[in-house]
Amino acid sequence: MTTVTFEIFRYDPDKDKEPYYQTYKVELRRPGYLMLDALNQIKWEQDPTLTYRRSCREGVCGSDGLNVNGVNMLSCMTKVEDLGADHIVVQPLPGMNVMRDLVVDVDDFFNKFIAVKPYLIRKSPNPDKEIYQSPEDRKKLDGLYECILCGCCSSSCPSFWADKKYLGPNAALRAWRYIVDSRDEGAEERLPILNDKHGVWRCHTIYNCVEACPKELNPTEAIMNIRKMLLDQQV
Amino acid sequence: MSVKIEYHKFDVVVVGAGGAGLNAAQVASQYCKTAVISEVYPTRSHTISAQGGISAALGNLEEDHWHWHMYDTVKGSDYLCDQDAAEYMTKQAPEMIIALEHIGLPFSRTPEGKIAQRPFGGHTAEFGKRAVKRACYAADRTGHAMLQTLYEKSVAQGTHFYSEFYALELLVNDGAVNGVLCFDIQNGELHIFNAKAVVFATGGNCRIFQTNSNAHINTGDGLALAMRKGFSWSDAEFFQFHPTGIYGAGNLITEGVRGEGGILLNAQGERFMERYAPTIKDLAPRDIVSRSMTKEVLEGRGVGQFKDHTLLKIDHIGAANIMEKLPGIHELALVFAGVDCTKEPIPVNPTAHYQNGGIPTGYLSQVIKGNMEKEEFVPGFFAAGECASASVHGANRLGTNSLLDLVVFGRTAGEQAAKYAMANSIVSLKDDAGSEGLANLQKYANANGKYTFGEIWGELTRTMQTKMGVFRTEKLMKECYSTLLELEAKMDDYRVNDKSSVYNLDLIEALELNNMILVAKACTQAAILRKESRGGHFRDDYPDRDDVNFLKHTEVYLEEDCKTPRVDYRKVRLQPLTVETFPPKARVY
Ligand SMILES: Cc1cc2nc3c(=O)[nH]c(=O)nc-3n(C[C@H](O)[C@H](O)[C@H](O)COP(=O)(O)OP(=O)(O)OC[C@H]3O[C@@H](n4cnc5c(N)ncnc54)[C@H](O)[C@@H]3O)c2cc1C
Ligand code: SF4
Ligand code: SF4
Ligand code: FES
Repeated sequence: MTTVTFEIFRYDPDKDKEPYYQTYKVELRRPGYLMLDALNQIKWEQDPTLTYRRSCREGVCGSDGLNVNGVNMLSCMTKVEDLGADHIVVQPLPGMNVMRDLVVDVDDFFNKFIAVKPYLIRKSPNPDKEIYQSPEDRKKLDGLYECILCGCCSSSCPSFWADKKYLGPNAALRAWRYIVDSRDEGAEERLPILNDKHGVWRCHTIYNCVEACPKELNPTEAIMNIRKMLLDQQV
Repeated sequence: MSVKIEYHKFDVVVVGAGGAGLNAAQVASQYCKTAVISEVYPTRSHTISAQGGISAALGNLEEDHWHWHMYDTVKGSDYLCDQDAAEYMTKQAPEMIIALEHIGLPFSRTPEGKIAQRPFGGHTAEFGKRAVKRACYAADRTGHAMLQTLYEKSVAQGTHFYSEFYALELLVNDGAVNGVLCFDIQNGELHIFNAKAVVFATGGNCRIFQTNSNAHINTGDGLALAMRKGFSWSDAEFFQFHPTGIYGAGNLITEGVRGEGGILLNAQGERFMERYAPTIKDLAPRDIVSRSMTKEVLEGRGVGQFKDHTLLKIDHIGAANIMEKLPGIHELALVFAGVDCTKEPIPVNPTAHYQNGGIPTGYLSQVIKGNMEKEEFVPGFFAAGECASASVHGANRLGTNSLLDLVVFGRTAGEQAAKYAMANSIVSLKDDAGSEGLANLQKYANANGKYTFGEIWGELTRTMQTKMGVFRTEKLMKECYSTLLELEAKMDDYRVNDKSSVYNLDLIEALELNNMILVAKACTQAAILRKESRGGHFRDDYPDRDDVNFLKHTEVYLEEDCKTPRVDYRKVRLQPLTVETFPPKARVY
């Protein structure tokens, strides 16, 4: 059985003045052994104090974004063997305050998501039936609605690190998901929020967020689309 | 020891932020001050994982009727559901789906722009004649689309959220439920929420099985909290083993795969469901398919090195179709089985998936306390979703009926709780409110014994898997119960290594494990005493349904010691609201 070395970021504000790294040996017990299996192996067999978030264990709840060998990913969907390394450094998502070990404070991330009014805004009255939407219009939501709110994108974004008030790629993606929804009539309410100096203009189109997204979504494209819409509206 | 507790007052407190909790909260918030407590951020609740769809007789693609849906629900439940609740739910379904669409849920669409629908197991037209397209879906991410939409709606509605708060004790004063004691996971502080009405929506408990489709947090906390306060767990012995869990991992492959044309094969390449359910074949209800698969394996027709599972083939519907309608499944099969399902079949096995029973309620989501002789509603207490039992699922739930149950009974719970809160004044807290939950917390926070989570949970889940699974016998279940007693004793010699006040997951896992053992004991005892086979409860020693002695709900209470299950029973409500009763019949498909 292959054994891999894990070097994991540790910090407990109750007792540690400074963060430090702790090393563990993990056995890869079957082909396709996942990062989350490895963390669970440490927690359940070696060191119950190791702390990380997890819930669905299948890449849909967004609990377990981590930085592994320098790249943001979900522990539950990453096979250790795919990392192609026998020394693995695990850190909390960068650019977010660490609460404990691999757990970061995500309140700011969620608040920014909420700031862009992520819900259907309608002025026209609703019909008795469903609001019809053609398959073509519905297709425009693909690549947008699948976001799992894991924060891997915003956490990889240099602008998000530099400007604490920057809305970030995730919020822009969600705003665009509603703006392009044929049923929505709230663009006017959202565009000024996105046009703010901490809005979409903060993005330097470096595409880190696109690379970091475990769901292969494209927040940068959403940002470009929003900018285009803002520019078109000015004329 | 003096402990600092922060107090809050709300009209309605909802515990749980899955589909049921959020729908209750967004509705209650429209009328009164409402809080939601959840041990994870709302969008990380288990509802996010639901894949295939939500049922409603919209009839968008072919003729359909709520009465047919009701019939399927009653028959699917093996006649153990309450027919008033089944009528209520199926009748409200179409309007509920429209309401969800109006708040933004991104359903897949038909060419005319209506909500798309697909077939699902056990859903038929004209009282069992043929499969019908009744499941509304958003690709294979229906739960994800629903949960996020409901979260967004609750945010817009001004719901107060307390995320990463863990409920320790349900508070009751003089028979009325009036709050909850919670632990803030992020900093270890204690909070008491005093409320006029409490809604439980804490989800399921299938983490007690080794092979399961559930999230880490599905540990049955709500049941344990309710039982410790003298309430019961209805139909505890009925679990759903979903036929298509990924072999080895347990993660779910939605029944929507079979709805889109997928078929199950044995080692001889035979589509064996044709033998077990000639009319609807692979789309028979889950209990029947799971048992058929297990039989194939037991009779030597399993596949793989150990001949211990079967195959789910879907590649024949074409890669483009798969990528459009089942993209999430494609990803799961790649990660968890190493299989590209556009080219090869997926290895599958039954996986513990759903808790059919729950905290008993009326069709208006009011919690019931009762037995065969009498029953009454508990003042201030409502429940909805997987943790509750209205009961629409009885002995076996139909696919896509859970998401429907969440939103229909979630909404009703929200409305009823708000109504109750507006009509009643708050019941004050007892002087020692929270003392039991606090004592339990301190017991584990200071536990310096021998056993830790990994070993006890490992043994618990292995035992439940092998002795309380798809096929049961008295002997196996009794062995199971004695192992559970041993594990319970070990909890008195437990060790929580982590002593931090910040995000102490070691401590949370101890509390959850303690609840899981209680819940496992309760359902095992209920299963031992139900000497018949019905729906998800199948006994080799009593292979037939026995309506004379067992057409009744089990109600598991706890004895005074708050540990030992006491099994009682309650009448099934066979009378629907307006239509005629569907009398029990043999269940063939
Ligand atoms: C993989 C998968 C696919 C599925 N697909 C479908 C489908 O296609 N169609 C369908 O109808 N059904 C499906 N189901 C079933 C359905 O998803 C679940 O039954 C349903 O989501 C349960 O929702 P809920 O609101 O009751 O609870 P959950 O969504 O499980 O939420 C429970 C909530 O309670 C909170 N909670 C629990 N304990 C505590 C505590 N002690 N303190 C504080 N908070 C607590 C949690 O934080 C969480 O917010 C599927 C299930 C699985 C596992
Ligand atoms: S593309 Fe924009 S949003 Fe994305 S990482 Fe770069 S700066 Fe941030
Ligand atoms: S866009 Fe991608 S990386 Fe960002 S939160 Fe959503 S799923 Fe995560
Ligand atoms: S645990 Fe849910 S995304 Fe990884």
